[in-house]
Amino acid sequence: MNEQLFEGEHIYLTAIDPDKDAEIEAKWTHDPEYLRLLSADPVRPLSPGQVKKKYEDMDKDAEKYRNTFNFAIRARADDRFIGFIRLFDIYWTHGGGKVQLGIGDPNDRQRGYGREALRLILRYAFDEVNLYRVSAMTFEYNTAAIRFLAQAGFTIEVRRRQAINRDGRRWDVILMGLLREEWKRDEGAP
Amino acid sequence: MNNDLFTGQLVRLAAINPEADAAWFARWDRDTEYIRLLDGAPFRLIPVKKVKEEIEKEIEENAANACLFVVRTLADDRLIGFVELEGIRWPHGDTFVGIGLGDRDYWGKGYGTDAMKIVLRYAFTELNLQRVSLDVFGYNERALRSYQKAGFVIEGRQRQLLLRNGQRFDCIYMGVLRNEWLAMNNFQ
Repeated sequence: MNEQLFEGEHIYLTAIDPDKDAEIEAKWTHDPEYLRLLSADPVRPLSPGQVKKKYEDMDKDAEKYRNTFNFAIRARADDRFIGFIRLFDIYWTHGGGKVQLGIGDPNDRQRGYGREALRLILRYAFDEVNLYRVSAMTFEYNTAAIRFLAQAGFTIEVRRRQAINRDGRRWDVILMGLLREEWKRDEGAP
Repeated sequence: MNNDLFTGQLVRLAAINPEADAAWFARWDRDTEYIRLLDGAPFRLIPVKKVKEEIEKEIEENAANACLFVVRTLADDRLIGFVELEGIRWPHGDTFVGIGLGDRDYWGKGYGTDAMKIVLRYAFTELNLQRVSLDVFGYNERALRSYQKAGFVIEGRQRQLLLRNGQRFDCIYMGVLRNEWLAMNNFQ
């Protein structure tokens, strides 16, 4: 049994530090491209104080509803906060959950950090939380995310046609899913 | 211009009255088959007073991005269910819709389809939305047919999302686009 659920080769997962990490995430919220890849909510820059408040609310909700696990992704080389990953909306009775991740600085993307983080969270989802399936949502224009999730074994299950409007064009919202039996456990090991 | 937005062929949509209607909702909540068609959350029973509070909370907290109606028959003004636009995403003109007919005497007779048609008209001609979305459980074939009649098309299925009595079922996503709805209803 592999006991190290949070240790990747180049990254590791930790709790979010509401004080230090808020400073960094506040910078990311000034990058509309990043936010539009992540969420359909209107882009809005946040101050470190607002981000800290968001973290505190997330913690409160996680305590209250017991259906979310939030992690910070840190680079092993310099312990830097480079992104977040979370397992949320866990549907305990049916064994389902959703995954979302973001790597904040464009210079940290395409380096395999996200891939390692996703491997860790999937192992956490299937081997620790014992889920039956994991879902992910992304947008038609986020082709990198679609490819990335497909490489991890996810299948496109739903295309909510034209559900999002960006720069005067409508795009599909894409829902992907991965079942326990499709997940490659071996790839979960570091 | 149609100024009778809330009236259909068999039913009308009306404001919910938490004080008077909570008892009906609480009664329907005891019908396990109904609840399992409606919701994936674990079945539970709550007192009428709490039902009333939850309805009030729902109306208050989601005022900006939801519209909750009750469904009443035109024939005798009987309260038979509810329909709700929820999670309206204004920047994208998208919303989800949920519908439930708690009164089993009105199942399979076109009442739900009629209520859905009214709420679609409201979504497209009053709220000016671009699409309406819903999800329906794989075992709810009656609802699936009703939604297709109202204009929804299947957009995909989340495989094996639900576990019911030891068996897994898909969650089916459906949507209707503004231009599809306008064409269907002979708008220019």
